[in-house]
Amino acid sequence: MLARTPPPAAAPKAAVSAVEMGARQREISVSEFFTKNRHLLGFDNPRKALLTCVKEAVDNALDASEEAGILPDVVVTVEVAPSNGTAPPPASQATRFRVTVTDNGPGIVRQQIPPIFAKLLYGSKFHRLRMSRGQQGIGISAAGMYAQLTTGKPVQITSRTGARAAAHYFEVSIDTKTNEPRIFENKKIEWEHPRGTQVTLEIDGRYQKGRASVDEYLEQVAIANPHVDLVYHTPEGDTRKYPRTIHELPPQPREIKPHPYGIEFGVLLRMLHDTRSHALAGFLAGDFSRVSPVLAQEICKTAGLSPNARPRNIHGEEAEALYKAIQATKIMAPPSNCISPIGERAILHGLYKQIKGEFYTAVTRPPAVYRGNPFIIEAGLAYGKGPDQAAATANAPAVPLAEGEQQDDGGELARVIRYANRVPLLYQQSACATFKAALETAWRNYGIAQSRGALPAGPMVVFVHMASVWVPFTSESKEAIADYDEIRKEIKLALQECGRRLGVFLRKRERAKSEFRRRNIFELYIEEVVEACARLKGGKLAKDKLKTQLQKIAAKRTGGSRTDEILGRDSGPEGLPHSIIVTPDGPEGEAPALPGADVAPPEEAAAEAAGPPPARPKGKAHPATPPKKAKRPAAAAKHPVTAARRSTTASKRKKR
Amino acid sequence: MAKAKTPGTVEKKLIGVADTVITAADRSKDPTLTIPVRSLANVNFNEKRGIIELGKRKQARTFFNVGMAKKFMQTVLVADALSELQRANLTTSLREIYYRTKHTMKGSHENTFDNQNESDPLIEDLEVSLAALREELHVRAENAGSIVGPVVFGDDGDRVDCARLGKGGYSVPSIVEPEYIEIRRCTADFVLLVEKGTQWNRLSEDKFWRRYNCVLLTGNGQPPRGVRRLARRLHEDYRIPVYVLVDNDPWGYYIYSVVKQGSINLAFESERMAIPKAKFIGLSSADPDRYGLPRNVGIKLNDKDISRARELLKYRWFQKKHWQDEIKRMLGSGLKYELDALANKDFRYLTKTYLPRKLKEEDWLD
Repeated sequence: MLARTPPPAAAPKAAVSAVEMGARQREISVSEFFTKNRHLLGFDNPRKALLTCVKEAVDNALDASEEAGILPDVVVTVEVAPSNGTAPPPASQATRFRVTVTDNGPGIVRQQIPPIFAKLLYGSKFHRLRMSRGQQGIGISAAGMYAQLTTGKPVQITSRTGARAAAHYFEVSIDTKTNEPRIFENKKIEWEHPRGTQVTLEIDGRYQKGRASVDEYLEQVAIANPHVDLVYHTPEGDTRKYPRTIHELPPQPREIKPHPYGIEFGVLLRMLHDTRSHALAGFLAGDFSRVSPVLAQEICKTAGLSPNARPRNIHGEEAEALYKAIQATKIMAPPSNCISPIGERAILHGLYKQIKGEFYTAVTRPPAVYRGNPFIIEAGLAYGKGPDQAAATANAPAVPLAEGEQQDDGGELARVIRYANRVPLLYQQSACATFKAALETAWRNYGIAQSRGALPAGPMVVFVHMASVWVPFTSESKEAIADYDEIRKEIKLALQECGRRLGVFLRKRERAKSEFRRRNIFELYIEEVVEACARLKGGKLAKDKLKTQLQKIAAKRTGGSRTDEILGRDSGPEGLPHSIIVTPDGPEGEAPALPGADVAPPEEAAAEAAGPPPARPKGKAHPATPPKKAKRPAAAAKHPVTAARRSTTASKRKKR
Repeated sequence: MAKAKTPGTVEKKLIGVADTVITAADRSKDPTLTIPVRSLANVNFNEKRGIIELGKRKQARTFFNVGMAKKFMQTVLVADALSELQRANLTTSLREIYYRTKHTMKGSHENTFDNQNESDPLIEDLEVSLAALREELHVRAENAGSIVGPVVFGDDGDRVDCARLGKGGYSVPSIVEPEYIEIRRCTADFVLLVEKGTQWNRLSEDKFWRRYNCVLLTGNGQPPRGVRRLARRLHEDYRIPVYVLVDNDPWGYYIYSVVKQGSINLAFESERMAIPKAKFIGLSSADPDRYGLPRNVGIKLNDKDISRARELLKYRWFQKKHWQDEIKRMLGSGLKYELDALANKDFRYLTKTYLPRKLKEEDWLD
């Protein structure tokens, strides 16, 4: 301010007139905006970009198939893009990939193909309140834009709407200035599929296994969508199959009108402006859910407005009064038939199919509401190492432990897998309401170790799904669920129920184990004592006699046959609804038949009478003598979402 | 000594453990070992004899009890290892017993022993319950003591003249029973048992033993069994008094009391280790005054020292008035003194002034 001599040369440069500025001011196209801000859509880095492309294409395929009532068959192929002439680098080194997703969905009519794949914010899902994976109409076109940006290759689409229609092949890209599609190729082709859509994107990316990888994503898709038949060709040339285990589609979610509690003031203004109703009361009753004509009159009265006022004419203070009146009126919670939860049975099947464990359970909560949006929380648990792994531990060669060594389980923490509308969420775990709820749940009450502020410890996978017409994500790239109190509370309730069931299972197993150990201890020690006595006696001892005598005493002391009984029935999903328990004899509970499981040969358990070492899984159920505890399958629920089903004993043995 | 063919008494006792198991099994009873309890609650101070004795309380160690099964099994294993020693006529260390008995149990990942802390108490258990001394069980500890002075030993047929071993002296073996160490001759007038090796070195270097015709003995802290047993043998066989020279702190008092009356943990050994007539020669809490030790060479008693001192005040063998006064005087001053502090006056103060005056004035506590 007080500069002694302002440099005269600087003055003219700084002065820009409003006219000049005005000349520079112009509209920003959405496409341009997202080109610069691609991290907002999940294209932060090459690794994540590859995942996002796969994810968007798969989401679209599933949404379309389900909406058309078709059981989805999806084939995902990720391959290293051929680089002109030279041999392609190995998948872990490659930087350019070609992603192809093929579905058996309804197909897309010819004229809609270009805008769907090459126009941002174009789609069928944004303007309705209905549960679907995609919400905004950005995803696949953003992926296409990313492809265009990094490799310059257009998106290739083949689609066919039915066996009698022709298959159309398109190559399109976005004009980033106008946000309009540019069509490079458009022709009819021969296609082996009678119906469906195939999208191919060529992008810069990195293929890395492990956390938040394409592999993990597809595995989690398979867990939450057991009605999908998924085939994944990895960049390394493997083929992973995730066969369908549930052969009916989840019920179609219905579209609903917005609930008055869920809208913001600006939205209300827009709705007032856009409505086709001529009277305020009619607008309220007609454009919102759960507002009856009587209730509409009441709201008008509270707001001090005439029920017959023209909605278009309400703005300013009147509109504000109306908004307040709506918030002040008691309105029934929104209907929940717009949400289609996965269902306990399907979650169980999904977990059982993909995760090795000993115990599985699933809970679907009744619908709840946040900010006028109905939602349903579902949780599941898979616990334990699974019979194969457990067998590997038990049968591992007995390496004697040195002083100070201990047998440990590695101290791993539980893994949380998160879903929103059946879509796995892989990033920003710690920002997510589900993760926070999992931390807050007092797992120790259920017999699981948990250190302060950490996830529970143990071989455990925690599954959380939020289904809603509008899932509140923390960002556009849909990575974490926002932390609304109502949501977190529901998640916690669901997790607590899962925890309770796990607690029951663990306690039961612990009891049986300690009984077993007691027995086992004596058997081990008798051996030692007899040997030592024989040596003390200078070898002049009838060892077998002494051993038999001691064993007899041991059996008497540990309850003999009573213990056998306890051991024989050490577990079983008694009293645990929607759970699967995997015992050495095979799974109990609502376990689905795993395709290909019958290949495993049933091993015979030999050392039964002599006293087997603890918890050595004995392969599969003995085909000749089904264990006495086998429960007859009760009428297995037809519908995956009959929450009220009393299915405590409904169990279906896995067929081997 | 017990030789190969006919089992010796100790070996017979060990075989008895096996017999306990066999007889019980024959009668379909739970095999049970009876082991005297070794804790403060189960020791008595025998005023008449001036030693700590083990009480009558016994614990039953049964096999078919989940809590005790492993210990029972381990006890039998240790008994087996000990009897092996007897047959082979070898001596061994506690640690070697641990290694000898450690193995993985058949068909499991479980070890018979996980560390030495599990096997050591079992050896003591067997000592007590079989009324066999550790030496008789052929178990030795580390050599942790030294002796110098006009005494001659026979050790494995070698003649050891402790007057001709320079200032290093003879390292006291952990087993000093007559069948291992023979005292051929001792012309000393008394035994001086020093707590600290450093002060023993000072006395040995200054040839204190020659001038005052005594045996210098140290156990480097709490004297091990060998040192205590050797002092007792010299005291008993040659009827010479034993004087104990320790730091002036609660631990020093306790070392003296162990030498004199026996320890709580090894109360069953008092019988042959305790020296009820041993005298406490110093450092007394009265000495700083009497010998003009400045206050600044004292060390402030810490909380542990104070609570230990209060415990000592309650022990039945510290109930004599002069002992109560002694301990209370230390607590009152709030200071403890190390023997080394005497060097403040002169490097040879201990040899030249302190001990000569103590001996001359017969200034000791009983």
